[in-house]
Amino acid sequence: MGMTMAEKILARASGREVVSPGEYVTASIDCAMVHEGLAAVYTTLLGAGIDSVWNPDKIVAVLDHAVPAPNERYAGIHKLVRDAVKKLGIRNYYGERAGICHQVMVERGHVAPGMLIVGTDSHSTTYGALGAAGTGIGFTEMAYVFATGRLWFRVPETIKFDLEGELPYMVSAKDVILYLIGKYSSEAAQYKSVEFVGSMAKEMSVDGRMTMCNMAMEMGAKFAFFEPDEKTMRYLEGSVKDVEALKADDDAKYEEVYMEDLSGLEPQVAAPFTVDNVHPVSKFEGKRIDQAVIGSCTNGRLEDLRVAAEILNGREVHPDVRLLVIPASWKTYREAMEEGILATLIGAGAIICNPGCGPCFGAHMGLLASGETCIASINRNFRGRMGSYDAEVYLASPATVAASCVEGKIADPRRY
Amino acid sequence: MKIKGTVWKFGDNIDTDLITPGKYMDLPLEELKKHVLEVVNPEFAAKVKAGDVIIAGANFGCGSSRETAPQAIKALGVGAVVAESFARIFFRNAVAIGLPVISCSKVAEAFDNGDEAEVDIEKAEIRNITKGITLKATPLSEDIKNVILKGGIIPLLKELAEERRRKSQQGRIKQ
Repeated sequence: MGMTMAEKILARASGREVVSPGEYVTASIDCAMVHEGLAAVYTTLLGAGIDSVWNPDKIVAVLDHAVPAPNERYAGIHKLVRDAVKKLGIRNYYGERAGICHQVMVERGHVAPGMLIVGTDSHSTTYGALGAAGTGIGFTEMAYVFATGRLWFRVPETIKFDLEGELPYMVSAKDVILYLIGKYSSEAAQYKSVEFVGSMAKEMSVDGRMTMCNMAMEMGAKFAFFEPDEKTMRYLEGSVKDVEALKADDDAKYEEVYMEDLSGLEPQVAAPFTVDNVHPVSKFEGKRIDQAVIGSCTNGRLEDLRVAAEILNGREVHPDVRLLVIPASWKTYREAMEEGILATLIGAGAIICNPGCGPCFGAHMGLLASGETCIASINRNFRGRMGSYDAEVYLASPATVAASCVEGKIADPRRY
Repeated sequence: MKIKGTVWKFGDNIDTDLITPGKYMDLPLEELKKHVLEVVNPEFAAKVKAGDVIIAGANFGCGSSRETAPQAIKALGVGAVVAESFARIFFRNAVAIGLPVISCSKVAEAFDNGDEAEVDIEKAEIRNITKGITLKATPLSEDIKNVILKGGIIPLLKELAEERRRKSQQGRIKQ
C-alpha cells in the first residue's frame, strides 16, 4: 500500500520499509533547530552529565524571540546561548543578526524535501512548505535529541486538503488558512499530518505556502506539507544541493480528504481569543484599532511587505494607529529596502523594527495596554498574547492589516 | 502509579499563553509558577496543593511549544492533568518532564471543582471519589508510561551519561 508524505519520511528516518498510522517509531533527526530555548536545552544536558552532542553540524541555533535583549534576564539567556554554541561546537549559529528562526532555516539552506526536522518552536511545521517534515518539541526532548540524534514519533494519520480555484484580488494564503481553521476547528488536525494539494496549492508562492504550513499548527497539525515542485526547486537553487522531489504515493491512505473551491473567498479575520473564531472581514469592519503589526514567521516575508506597501503607497497610517513592520529576516529587510518597500512604508508612517519575533508572543517591542485593540498578520490571538489580558488581537492578512491602518479601523483591502 | 487529590476544573482550549504568559517567560520557574492560569482562575496558583488534579476539557495546552507550561504546573505540585484531549506538544512535554497526563473522554462533565479525584495511570482509570463515578481513560503506551513512571527524560539522560562514562573507562583499560 502507498504512503503519505509523513509516512514516507518517518519510514526512511526509522530505517523501515513501511510504516502506518498509530505505530510508534524511533527516528533519526536530520536537523535540530533551537532558538533562545538553547539556554534551557544546554542547562538540561549539563544537569544530566552530558557535555557533547550527537552531531553539531545537524544543529542550527538562532536568536529571535527577544532581540536585542529587552532586559537583563534576556541578556543573560542570550549570553548562555552564545556560550553553549561555543562549547558544543555548533557552527550553524546565526545570533540576532539573522531573523526569525523558521525564515532563517529556509533561507540558509537547512531545509530540503524529505528531511525530518525538529525545532523548539511550535511553528516548525513551516518547513513543510518545502516538503520537509517539521515539528515542534520542548527543551527536554531537544536535550534528548542533542544527546542521541533520535526521538520517538507516533506515525500520524494524514488529512488532505484539495484546494481549487484562483485566489481573488487582495485575498492571500493567510485568508485561506484562516478560513480552513475556522471551518474545521483548532483541533481538526490534532496529532495529524496535513497535505495541501490542488490547483490553488500549486499556484501559491513559496512565501504563501510557508504561511499555510506555519498556521497548520493552529489546527493542531504535527506536520504540514506542500508537494515539492518546480517552485520548490527554484527556491532552493543555490542554497541546497542534491534536492530530491518527494511525493505522496497515488494510493496513499488518507483519514479525510476535504475539497474546497475558494475562488470566491473573502478576506478573513480571526477574532479573539481563539484562532478558529474566524469570519469574513465584513463582520468586523469599522472596529477601531490602536495598533497594527505586519511581521512574524506567518507573514513577515517580502510579498507580505510588498502588498502592504502597495496599499500604503501615497497614503498615511491613521494618526490614532501605530503600525509596526517587522521583516521576517535580514534578507527580507535588505530586499525590501532595495525594492523601495521600506521607504514607502516609512513614508506612510510605519515604524520599522529589527527582524525577529517582535511583540508576537508578548515579550517586548510593542505590547498592548488594557482595553487596546490590535490587528496583526501573526498566528495567535490568545488572551494576553501581546501584553494585557484585557487587550484584543485580531488576526488577518498583511493586506487587511494595511487597509485597516489607513482607516484606523478594521477594513476590507479589496477597496484598495 | 495512583494520584489522589482535589480537583481544579478548567474548560476547553486552555492554551499555553494562559498557562505561562509570554510576558512572564523570562522569570525563574519559582516566580513564573505564581502566574499559572491567573486570568482563568486567580486563586489557582496560590491555593493549589501538592497532589491536586487538574481536570479539563478539549485541546488542553494548545499553542506554543513552551515547556514552561507543564513545568510550572508541575512546580506548583499538581499531581496529574486529565483532559478530554491534549494538544500534541504539551502532551509530549508533560511526559518528558514526568508530569502524569492522560486523556479521558467526557471527564469534564463528571467532575466539579473541589471534588476528590483518584487517577490510576497504570490502569487508565479516573475516579471521582466524591460522586462515586469511575471513568475509563485512554491507556498510555507502555513506553510513555515508563517515561512518566521514571520521572521523565532527564533520568534517562543521566543513565545514558553514566553508560557512556563506563564505556569510555572500559575503552581506556583495554588500551
